[in-house]
Amino acid sequence: MNLRLKDIHLPLGAFALELDLVITRRATGIFGASGAGKTSLLDLVAGLRHLDRAHIELDGEVFTDTKRRIAVPPHRRRIGYVPQDGALFPHLTVRENLHYGFDLIPPEERRISFEQVTRALEIAALLDRRIDFLSGGEKRRVACGRALLAQPRLLLLDEPLAGLDSGLKSRFMPYLLRLRDEFGIPMLYVTHEAGELVELCEEVVVIDRGRCIAQGPVADLFEERMERRHELRRPAKPPL
Amino acid sequence: MDSEAWRIIWFTLAVALASTALILAPSVALAWLLARREWRGKSLVETLVSLPLVMPPVAVGLVLLKLLGRRGVVGGFLHNAFALDIVFTWKAVLIALAVMSFPLAVRGARLTFEGINPRFEQVARTLGATQWRVFWTITLPLGWRGIMGGALLAFARALGEFGATILVAGNIPGRTTTLALAIFRNVELGNDVAAFRFMLCSVIFAFATVWTSELIFARRRRLA
Repeated sequence: MNLRLKDIHLPLGAFALELDLVITRRATGIFGASGAGKTSLLDLVAGLRHLDRAHIELDGEVFTDTKRRIAVPPHRRRIGYVPQDGALFPHLTVRENLHYGFDLIPPEERRISFEQVTRALEIAALLDRRIDFLSGGEKRRVACGRALLAQPRLLLLDEPLAGLDSGLKSRFMPYLLRLRDEFGIPMLYVTHEAGELVELCEEVVVIDRGRCIAQGPVADLFEERMERRHELRRPAKPPL
Repeated sequence: MDSEAWRIIWFTLAVALASTALILAPSVALAWLLARREWRGKSLVETLVSLPLVMPPVAVGLVLLKLLGRRGVVGGFLHNAFALDIVFTWKAVLIALAVMSFPLAVRGARLTFEGINPRFEQVARTLGATQWRVFWTITLPLGWRGIMGGALLAFARALGEFGATILVAGNIPGRTTTLALAIFRNVELGNDVAAFRFMLCSVIFAFATVWTSELIFARRRRLA
């Protein structure tokens, strides 16, 4: 995978998202505090935001180029997006949700099959359920499956573990690993939990107030970062 | 009740229904544009659409009369090109009702669209659906209750319209008399019993319509 984000400028209220990035790894984490601009980054890769200035390309195909007035609409980008709460369509069953994107792909272009996805994510038993009857973890699995079935070239995962308790989180991680290894689709994984990155990602992009302040292999970056955290946590004055 | 009374009731129901059907698609389209798009002149259009809600209905009627009359821009064109006359016919009633109830239909649909999480529509786009497809498969199915609620309120408004109708369509027995106009005429003539009967009819229709719309909204609130 080769995702290039050049000359990005997107005002976000108090600050602007300003990026110049090249992402080549299969699983890349986007790490940063809440409100740092991580979700906006995913939105602009997916083509969901209007941009005044940007150049975005994936594997040589230009998605956005404001200078050349190119803006490929989201439905022609083949980017699988799993937003934070999953955003499953509430008026459709699980099966209908999964079929939404799948049915729009010509059969000869379907590399990932319906059965493969329902098996890997263990959602076959849920197919005829309504969305309101799913648990938090189930919803996220279905949302991942729905994105996968649209045969994406790149998966965008926005904090898929947020809001799950620690037990559920550890049970959900294997599904994400399967997503990465079994389907071989490159992913951008947004989170503010370092632990998830260490398990899942090869590379990390650290975003702070709209800017990329570090990029590199997970191990290198997080060693440093963890140390700095310890420093920060050290009390300023020794307790009396 | 005599046949003339029944005729008035049927005419009112039919023309109110027709006006609601007429404004349904445009009001949904406009509501979507107002809720989901930023465009130049949006606030102006918003204000114009809401005007009939706050203007005296008679004033709206006067505007329509000036526009649709034979000397008006629209009325003159229709008369010359198609020999079509609007003013003081059932068509004028239809237009008056449509204009007066349009803001309610737009409002209902707009509030509904604004209440739909835009993430649903965005995700549907990333799944390969065009804007048009997203509208038909996501926005409309999620919003139909609100749209129906708004349409029912518009229908109720149309059933009771008086001021604009009397100006642009007159109160011509057997041709343009609606329930509201019939009440007015009977009161004027001192036919209290007839006026009372028509009044009861309007109360029943209004009650049934608003109640149905409340039921639809209540169910939507429960689902949300």
